Amino acid sequence: MGGLKLPNEHFVVPPHWEWYILGYFFFAGISGGSYVLGSMLRLWGDARDAAASRIAFLISFPTLLICPILLTLDLGQPLRFWHFLINDSSGGLAFKPWSPMSLGAWALLLFGIFSFVMFLSALSEGGIVHRRALATAASFVAGVVGGIFMVIGALFGLFIAAYTGVLLAVSNQPVWSDTWALGGLFLASALSGSAACVLLATRTRRDAIATDRKLIEADRYFILLELALIVLFLATLGGVLSKVLTGGWIILWVIVLAGTLIPLALHWRATRMRATVTAVGTAAADISLLAPVLVLLGVLALRAVVIFSAQA
Amino acid sequence: MAQTVGFFTDTTLCIGCKACEVACKEWNQLPNNPLEFRDSYDNTGQLDHANWRHVRFVESAATNPDKPIAWSMMSDVCKHCANASCLEVCPTDAIIRTEFDTVYIQQDVCNGCRDCISACPYGVIGFNSTSGTAQKCTFCYDRLQNNLKPACATACPTQSIKFGPLDELRQTAATRLATLQAQGVSQARIYGDKEYGGLHAFFLITEKPEAYALPSTQSAVLPSRNNLPGYVTATITAVLAGLAGLIAFRRRGESSSPSPAAGTGGSSPSPLVGEGRGGGS
Ligand code: SF4
Ligand code: SF4
Repeated sequence: MGGLKLPNEHFVVPPHWEWYILGYFFFAGISGGSYVLGSMLRLWGDARDAAASRIAFLISFPTLLICPILLTLDLGQPLRFWHFLINDSSGGLAFKPWSPMSLGAWALLLFGIFSFVMFLSALSEGGIVHRRALATAASFVAGVVGGIFMVIGALFGLFIAAYTGVLLAVSNQPVWSDTWALGGLFLASALSGSAACVLLATRTRRDAIATDRKLIEADRYFILLELALIVLFLATLGGVLSKVLTGGWIILWVIVLAGTLIPLALHWRATRMRATVTAVGTAAADISLLAPVLVLLGVLALRAVVIFSAQA
Repeated sequence: MAQTVGFFTDTTLCIGCKACEVACKEWNQLPNNPLEFRDSYDNTGQLDHANWRHVRFVESAATNPDKPIAWSMMSDVCKHCANASCLEVCPTDAIIRTEFDTVYIQQDVCNGCRDCISACPYGVIGFNSTSGTAQKCTFCYDRLQNNLKPACATACPTQSIKFGPLDELRQTAATRLATLQAQGVSQARIYGDKEYGGLHAFFLITEKPEAYALPSTQSAVLPSRNNLPGYVTATITAVLAGLAGLIAFRRRGESSSPSPAAGTGGSSPSPLVGEGRGGGS
């Protein structure tokens, strides 16, 4: 097939999903991504990674709590938020697996259970709060069943971080519905943003800093994945490419690039420096703030440019 | 189930009087449009929460030099698609198919998420910020339940808007098309016999569909087409990210520094001391 792919021409009007939805997409990504990182650190890391894993779970649940608030505020009828789950006319469940918004509402609810239990366990393990319930959660998570529980939760976490991109695509909006890359793109950027959050949090925790080298390495891979998906996203837009690459949107793309390329370079530099620096902190600590902050700005800008440019 | 009904809108008969718009607004008690000057006889603009009929004025360059503009008027409306994009995505099941096979938004169920707005390829649905819900043509559901014709079809003075059982209307449309083509109107065509499984409000048009803001037949695709490719890409990304995590987080070759105790933190060794890029990376 030569030339630009012809997009489907629809005469759709924008749904005016704006700031609340941007916030929701951002926090859903961080929540799901942090949970996944926490799980991966537990599964594949060593004893020194336990503190960073706890921090990841401590980030996941509070950021998840913000999500339904933002989603509800965006509704025209906020008090009917429960209509996502219960069919008000039949009294049965409102569950449509082919509608990502319906699936997402259920996934958000179920992921909340996993995220909450891991949060309790992290509170207990970290010695942050001493309560019987927390100790029970921690001992549950430490067992085999708890491990399986955590992994199932991680699958939900991946879904929460990714489905927002699929939700946009399952529409007839130009840009969103012209690409299949958004689910993967949002997932990769969510994981990168979550690694950034954990890196930021470990700056103040001496017991977790041992993992930062690994997180930096992981973030490098996530960023590379994200960059590849950005290329795929733009390549699949065909004739509507100009909608996302014009005017003020360029500024957001510059932030996206700054949030990927500069952290990549800083991470690379950090890795090289770590081979020679022999004390905790020093130069590594200086760069450990800039890279995660840029990554998080990039995560936000990416979602903003995708959400707003298609509706302009 | 009651009989499947439809609208057949013949644009060649429309004179742009907007009686349908007025009748619809009156019956459904829709608010007035704010006064706005547009570069056209079209002072409605678009279908939305308060405009459930919209008379489009399609202007095109005519071949006759004395009349440089050719007009084609079309009373646009929700198409009550057989395979409706809005109904497909609505997460609350507020959008239903009625016993008349029309597409209806239950106002007491809709929570105003606006997913349907992003899905309707005809730009039909509008968000009413007063009610906080999505709104569009109801096909005069209340009138149908009382054996009354929809208000727009009742008011239309030229019978450009025809209402009736869908299969009868399709016959009428085929006959009318044959007549027009016999008269030399070769560009006349029916829009809505194939698109979205057959539109229950379909049209006879004389321009390309896009001129009336109707997607071409090839573009008439449902939102759900993107579910599978979207999730597959996300799954591949998840697998790659998992591999990335495995490589980055795997247990390394033993460090020369003491490890802190797991769990409560323990002592804080220097994680940077002696940590080679072990593990084969
Ligand atoms: S025209 Fe739009 S609003 Fe009407 S049934 Fe089809 S998709 Fe739904
Ligand atoms: S706005 Fe209402 S009708 Fe539209 S998708 Fe949401 S709940 Fe359904």
